[in-house]
Amino acid sequence: MATETLIWLLPLPPLLAFFLIVLFTRKNKALSHTVAVSAAFLSWLGGMIVFIRALGVEHLGQEPFHSTINWLPTGDTWFKLGVMIDPLSAIVLFFVAWTVLMIFLYSVGYHNFGQPKGDHDRPGLPPHGATVTDEHGHSHTVPSVEPMYSRFFAFIGLFAFGMYLLVVSDNLFTLFAGWEIMGLCSYLLIGFWYAKPSARDAAIKAFMTTRVGDVFMLLGIAFLYSATGTLTFTEIFQPEVLHALATTQTPVLGLSAAGLIGLLLFIGTVGKSAQWPLHVWLPDAMEGPTPVSAMIHAATMVSAGVYAVIRMFPLTSQDPNTMAIIAFIGAFTALFAASIAVAQNDIKRVLAYSTISQLGYMIAAIGIGAYVAAAFHLVTHAFFKALLFLGSGSVIHGMEHGVLHTGEHVDPQDMFNMGGLKDKMPITFWTFLIGGFALSGFPIVTAGFWSKDEIFADAFAHGYTGVFITLALAAFMTAFYTMRQITLTFFGEPRTAAAEHASETPWTMTVPLMVLSVFAIGFGWVGIPEHFPGLGGILPNWFHEFVGSTLAEPPAAVEFSWIPLMTSLTVALGGLYAGWAVYRNVKSPQEDWLQIHWLQNKWYFDEAYNFLFVKPAYWIADTFTYKWMDRGLIDGILHAVGNIAGKIGHALRTYFDVPVINGAGDALADGTRKLGISMRVIQTGRIQQYMVSSLAVIIIVGAVLYYFFIA
Amino acid sequence: MDFVLHPLNLVTFFPLVGVLALFFIDKENKEAIRWTALVTSLITFVISLWVLFGSGYDPANPDLQLVIRKSWIQVANWDITYALGVDGLSILLLLLTTFLTPIAILSTWTAIEDRVKDFMLFFLLLEVGMIGVFLAQDLFLFYIFWEFTLVPMYFLVGIWGGPNRIYAAIKFFLYTMAGSILMLLAILWLGIHQGTFYVPQLIEMGGIPLSVQKWLFLAFALAFAIKVPMWPLHSWLPDAHVQAPTAGSVILAGVLLKMGTYGFLRFNLPLFPQAAVKYAPTMALLAVIGILYGAAVSYAQQDAKKLVAYSSVSHLGFVMLGIFALNSQGVQGAILQMINHGLSTGALFLLVGMVYEQTHTRDLNVYGGLWKVMPVYGTLMLIVTLSSMGLPGLNGFVGEFTILLGAFGSQAIGSPWYAGLAAAGVILAAVYMLYMYQKMFLGPQGSIVEEVKKHGHALRDLNAREIITLVPLLVFIFWIGLYPKPFFALMAPSVDKLINIVQTAAMAMH
Repeated sequence: MATETLIWLLPLPPLLAFFLIVLFTRKNKALSHTVAVSAAFLSWLGGMIVFIRALGVEHLGQEPFHSTINWLPTGDTWFKLGVMIDPLSAIVLFFVAWTVLMIFLYSVGYHNFGQPKGDHDRPGLPPHGATVTDEHGHSHTVPSVEPMYSRFFAFIGLFAFGMYLLVVSDNLFTLFAGWEIMGLCSYLLIGFWYAKPSARDAAIKAFMTTRVGDVFMLLGIAFLYSATGTLTFTEIFQPEVLHALATTQTPVLGLSAAGLIGLLLFIGTVGKSAQWPLHVWLPDAMEGPTPVSAMIHAATMVSAGVYAVIRMFPLTSQDPNTMAIIAFIGAFTALFAASIAVAQNDIKRVLAYSTISQLGYMIAAIGIGAYVAAAFHLVTHAFFKALLFLGSGSVIHGMEHGVLHTGEHVDPQDMFNMGGLKDKMPITFWTFLIGGFALSGFPIVTAGFWSKDEIFADAFAHGYTGVFITLALAAFMTAFYTMRQITLTFFGEPRTAAAEHASETPWTMTVPLMVLSVFAIGFGWVGIPEHFPGLGGILPNWFHEFVGSTLAEPPAAVEFSWIPLMTSLTVALGGLYAGWAVYRNVKSPQEDWLQIHWLQNKWYFDEAYNFLFVKPAYWIADTFTYKWMDRGLIDGILHAVGNIAGKIGHALRTYFDVPVINGAGDALADGTRKLGISMRVIQTGRIQQYMVSSLAVIIIVGAVLYYFFIA
Repeated sequence: MDFVLHPLNLVTFFPLVGVLALFFIDKENKEAIRWTALVTSLITFVISLWVLFGSGYDPANPDLQLVIRKSWIQVANWDITYALGVDGLSILLLLLTTFLTPIAILSTWTAIEDRVKDFMLFFLLLEVGMIGVFLAQDLFLFYIFWEFTLVPMYFLVGIWGGPNRIYAAIKFFLYTMAGSILMLLAILWLGIHQGTFYVPQLIEMGGIPLSVQKWLFLAFALAFAIKVPMWPLHSWLPDAHVQAPTAGSVILAGVLLKMGTYGFLRFNLPLFPQAAVKYAPTMALLAVIGILYGAAVSYAQQDAKKLVAYSSVSHLGFVMLGIFALNSQGVQGAILQMINHGLSTGALFLLVGMVYEQTHTRDLNVYGGLWKVMPVYGTLMLIVTLSSMGLPGLNGFVGEFTILLGAFGSQAIGSPWYAGLAAAGVILAAVYMLYMYQKMFLGPQGSIVEEVKKHGHALRDLNAREIITLVPLLVFIFWIGLYPKPFFALMAPSVDKLINIVQTAAMAMH
C-alpha cells in the first residue's frame, strides 16, 4: 500500500470500533473489547509501518509524506484538507501508537473483565464488588466487572481517533477537529461514572476550561487564515509567508502578526496541556477511570497541546515577545505545579501535578527555542507517564482487592493507607520504580534523564539563566515528591489491612507496564548528545538529527558544558535521596511536615476562580442580564408603552367614545361583538391596547433611529 | 395548466390540496387527519426535491431561476406582479421548510389530541406562507406572504399553547405586525417611486441616493430584525417559544426566524447596498451583543425550553454577523448557519418536547440522571447538544467557523474585535448547553423519575416514531459537519453575485 494511503487510513480503525461497539456489539463485553483492542492494534501496526518507512526517507523534513483532497470551495480556489507525516509527526505517531495500544490492553484488566457482575452495581457508578461462594462454601467479596464496560471501549476508541487525526493532519483545521473531539471524549470519560456528582463536575470543568483555550486558538486560526489564506503547515511555513507575518504589526501588545497568531494558538495549548493559569481541570480529571487518566495525561490530550506548539514553532519563533511569554508560562508552571505535588496524598493527584509540571518543561523548552529538546521530552514523558499512571492504576486495583477482601473502609488511593506493597505487587513495584526514576531524571539509565538534561543544556548554553534555575528547582522537587510517593506506597510496612491483602494484578495490566518500562529506559539512548563525556558518540544522536531535520534550518547541537550536567545530577539524586530520607519513617499525614494548607489546597486557585469568575458569571447571567435587562428593562419598556396606550384608549373611550359617538356605532358594535364571540378563544380584550402600543413603539423607535443614524 | 403545474406554484400551494382534503374528513377521525397532513407535507417535500433536481434548476447559475411573472394588480401607476423565483439564496431555505414541516407534524402525533383538524389546517396554511416568503420576488407579494404567516402561527400558539398562551400570542402578533408597518411604507415608496415592485428589476435600476437608502434600509431592517430577532427586539421570542406547542416551536425556530435573516439577504443587501455598507458595523455590533446577551440569559434559565429559546438569540446573532461581514465567506456561513440552526434547534425543541410529553415539566431542577433511564434519548440529546455548541465534525462548527473567518477579514465591519467577541459566544454556548445536559442527564437521579412513577407509569425511552422523527435531522447534522461542500455549492454562485452587487455599490460610494 502506498504510504500516503496508509496514513489516511491510520485514524479510521478506532473510529470504526467506536461505531461498531455503539451500534452492534455493546451487549457483548468480550466482542466489544476485542473490536477495540484490534482496532488499536491495526492503527499501531499501520503507525509502525509508516514510522519505519519514514526512517528510510533521506530528506523527510523537506519532502514529507503528504496527500490532500479538496474539501470546500473558497471563491476561485479550494480549501484543502490532507495528511502529512514529517519527522516530528512520525515520532509523535510512534509514541501515540505504542501508548494507545498498551492503554487499550490494560483497560481489559482494569475493568475486571471475566469477573462476575456486581451485587448492587448500576451504570454510572464504579463497580462495588460481587459476592461469590467458593467450593468450600465460604463467601468472598471480589471485584466486579464494570457495568458500562462496552461503552468505555467505544469512548476510548473515539478518543484514539481524535489523537490519530490530530497527528496525521497537515493543517490546523483537522488538527483542531481532532483537538475538539478529544475535548469531547475527555468530557465523556472523565464523567464516565456520571452518577457521581464529583465526576460530573470534573467533566464539565475539564471541558469548559479547555474550551476557553480553544476559543483563542480558533481565533488564532481565523486570524491566520484571513492573513495568509491557508491553514496548511507547509504553506504557512514558506519563508516569504513567515516574513510577511513577522513584519506586519498588530495593535495587541506590540506583537507582530506572527507573534499574535502564535500567542492565540498557544493559549489553546495552555488550556489543553493544563498550563498555568488554565491548569485547574487536570487534577480533577482524576475522577475518570485510571486508563483514561493515562490516555489524557500521556498518550493523547496534553501531549497534543505540546505537539501543537512544537508544530507551530517556525511561526511562533518569528516573534521574541511571544517566545518570552511561552518560556515564562512554561517555567513558572513547572515550578508551581511541582510545589503542589509535594503535598498531595492521593497517588493519582501527585502524578497529575507532575504531569502539569513536566509539560511546563516542554513549554519552557519551546519558549527558549529548544525545539528538539522539547520534542524529546514530549516523547520520553509520554512513555514514562503512561507507565506511571497505569502503574498507579495497578496499585489502586490491588488495594481495592484488599479493601473488598477485608471489608475495611479506606480510600484505596490515599498513599498513607498503603506501604509495603513492594512485596505484594512486585511487577507493579519494579515498573513503577522505573517510571518514577525516569520522571526524576535518574542519571544515565533512564530516558527522562537524557531529555531533561537536554533542556537544561539548551537553557544554559543560550543564556536563559532564569529558566535554567527555575527548572532546576522544579527538577529537585520532582525527584523529591516522586521518591516520597514510591516510599509511601511501596516501602516500609503495610499501614492498613487492605494494603496487607493487596494482590498483583492480571497479565493484561502488567504486560503493558513491562512494555512501557522498556521505552521509559531505552528511548533515552537514541538521543545521547555527541559530546557527552564517556558515552557521547557511541550511539549516534539519532533523535536530534531526525527531528531537527523537520525545520528548514536544523538546529545546531548544543556544546557540552559541565554546569548543567552537574546541576542535573545533583537535583535528581539529591531529590531522590531527600524523598527517601524524609519519608521512610513517616507513618501518617500528621507526621508529614509538608502538609501545608496552601500547597494542599493548590494555592487556592479553585476557590479564587470560583470567586472571580464562576459566581460573577452566574450573577451577570441571571440577575443582571435576565432579571434586570431582559425582564426588567426591555419588557418593562414594552409593558409601560402598552399600559400608557391602554390608558389613553381607556380615556378616549370614557370621555369621547361613550358620550359622543356611542349611539352611532350600534350597528358596528353588533358586528364586532359577533366577531368577538368567534374569537373568544384567543381574546383577552387587550388587543386594542396593544395595537395602539405598537404604533407608539414605532414612533419612539423611529425617533431613536432617526436621531442616531440619520441626523 | 402550465401555470398551475409550474414547479414553484406547485411547491408553494400543494399544501392547500391537503387543506382541501381535510375539509372532507370528520374531525373525530384523528388518525386520518394526521396521515393526510403528513402525506401532504411529504409530497410537498418531494416536490421541493424535484424543484432542485428535476425541474431544470441549475445550481451553478447565480441568477433567479424558474421565474414566473404575471401581471396582477394594476391600479394607477402601480405595477404589482405575481412573481416567484428561486436562486442560491433561497433554495436551501425552501428545502429546509419542506423538510421540517413533516417532521414537525410527526412530532404532534400523540402530543396534540385537541382539535386536531384545526391544528393541521393551520399548519399546512403556515407552510404555504413560509414557502411563499422564500419564493416571492415581488415586494407586494412578499409582503402578503410575510403577513400571512402571522395568522396561523398566532392561532397555533394561542389555541394549543401553554398556560400563558394568550399573552405570548398577542405579543408575537403585535410585535411582528408593528415591525412590518414601516416595511410596508418602504415597499410602497419603492414601488411608486421606481415604478415596479419586481425585485430583480429594482436591483438592476439601483440609483437610490444614500440619504433615502438609509431610511428604506432601516424600515426593512426593523421588520426583519424583530423577526430574527436581533437584540434588543427579541423579547417576544422566549414567550412565544415557551408557550407554543412543540411543533410550533420547531417551525418558529427552524423557519420563521430565518425569514428575518433571509429578508436581509434578499432585500436589504442588494436593494440598499450603500446603506448596508454604512450600517454594517452597527449591525455587527448588535449581532455581537445578541450573541453574548442571548448566551448569558440562556445560562440563567431553569426552564429547558426557555433556555433553548434564548440560545436562538445567540445563534441568530452569528447569522447576522456573517451577513453583515458583507463578504462571500460571511454570507455563505450565515446561510449555512441558518440551516444548521433549523436542524439543531429544531431537534432540541423536539427532544425537549418528547420528555415533556411524559413528565409535563420543563423545570431543569427536577431532572437528573436520565441517561440511565433513557439511554437512547440521552445519546441523541448529546449529539444535538454538541452540534448546537459547534463541535467539529458536526454541522454547527462549519457554519460558525466560516462566519468567524468572514467576520475576521471583513472590510465592512472593519475590525477583527467583533469576531473575537463573537468567539467568546462559542465558549458560552458550551456553558449553557452543557449546563442543561448535565442537569437533565448526569448526576444522581432527579425527583421527576419517582414523580412519574407515582402516576402509574415509568419513564420510557424514545419509541420508534420519535426516533424516526429525529433521525433525518441527525443525518444532516453529520452530513453538513463532515462534508458541507454540496451545500456550499448550492449557494456559492448566488452569494458571489450578491456580494458583487454590494461591493460595486460600495466602490461607487467612495
